[in-house]
Amino acid sequence: MSDLGSWRTRTIVATMFPLLLVLSVLEMGSGFVLESLEATYLDNPTLLVLVPVMIGMGGNLGAIFSARLSTRLHLGTLSFDPRDETLWANVAAVMLLAATVFSALGVAAWVVGRTVAEPMPLVELFVISVVSGLLLAALAVVISVAATYVSYRRGLDPDDTTIPVVTNVCDILGVVVLSVVATAVL
Amino acid sequence: MDGEEIRRVYRESIGVLSVSLLGGLFAGGVLGSEAMRAAFRQYPGLLLLLPAFLATRGNVYGAFGARLSSGLHQGLIEPELTYDERLANAVVASFVNGIGISVVIGALSWGVLRALGRESARLVELVGITLVSGLLTSVVLVVGLLLLVFGSYELGLDPDNLVGPIVTTLGDIFGVVFLYVAVVIVGVML
Repeated sequence: MSDLGSWRTRTIVATMFPLLLVLSVLEMGSGFVLESLEATYLDNPTLLVLVPVMIGMGGNLGAIFSARLSTRLHLGTLSFDPRDETLWANVAAVMLLAATVFSALGVAAWVVGRTVAEPMPLVELFVISVVSGLLLAALAVVISVAATYVSYRRGLDPDDTTIPVVTNVCDILGVVVLSVVATAVL
Repeated sequence: MDGEEIRRVYRESIGVLSVSLLGGLFAGGVLGSEAMRAAFRQYPGLLLLLPAFLATRGNVYGAFGARLSSGLHQGLIEPELTYDERLANAVVASFVNGIGISVVIGALSWGVLRALGRESARLVELVGITLVSGLLTSVVLVVGLLLLVFGSYELGLDPDNLVGPIVTTLGDIFGVVFLYVAVVIVGVML
């Protein structure tokens, strides 16, 4: 038979399943926050409209930012210096992306919320969406830099380590950040 | 600060993020609907398992898509839907991972509520819902990724740039729709 290398079913499952298990247990923390605030979410269905984007978008922003850090690390142009201008340009770009996406989310979720249930006031929803989005983006930046630094110090390839870690940690934090901000605003 | 660099990063990423936003909004509309809220009230534990259910899919099918993409680049697989041992192994592994972890998530959710002494749906209900929705999501995502990754490769596009947004968008849309379908099926059968 041909050499299957890493293309064996058993190898793929044995590599991935333990990671999926750890991730699922960690995600239960995020689910626990949702379940504990069940009354808030079910009484304000518009907040539920925000949930899938909050779960996915933190990871997307973290992946964009840490992929750039990782590439610059490989090219030898990353310096972990607070005066690094390219680093700050990337931070600014991620914050602008977050501001755009979560402003659009605030308005669009209000429109979607009107069609499925009694909507909450547009201003409250917009503030909740933008504040949680910017907080999440800031966390994504800090976590990306920290994870890239740790894998650099340990001689690990950040492509294999930071991006999955950052994506999943930001996904978990999305619901937590949303819940904290929503509780404070409502 | 380097304004040119900021504009470049913004331009390269805003399209993908917008697609992901649309998929997430659709999923959110389903979650906020009267029918889905009734399901959350009827099955305590469903809200608890939601983040794990939505987030693991990205990992399972993102890895499958990335594997397809690098396999094509390395010439290990051909962009054809004929039997190939490597391809078949990768497909089977994605089903095992995707459906297996869905069942685990249903059981975990029940276990967490039990351990905390809170009200929960029956184990068979929660596992039934995650099994059915995990199965349906796997079929759509595996077939969808095969068609889209092979199709884009043959059109001369680099699938590496497409796997992420494809997985997020299909995953968000079909994940919650199939979660609701599973609630209905389990409600009828149990």
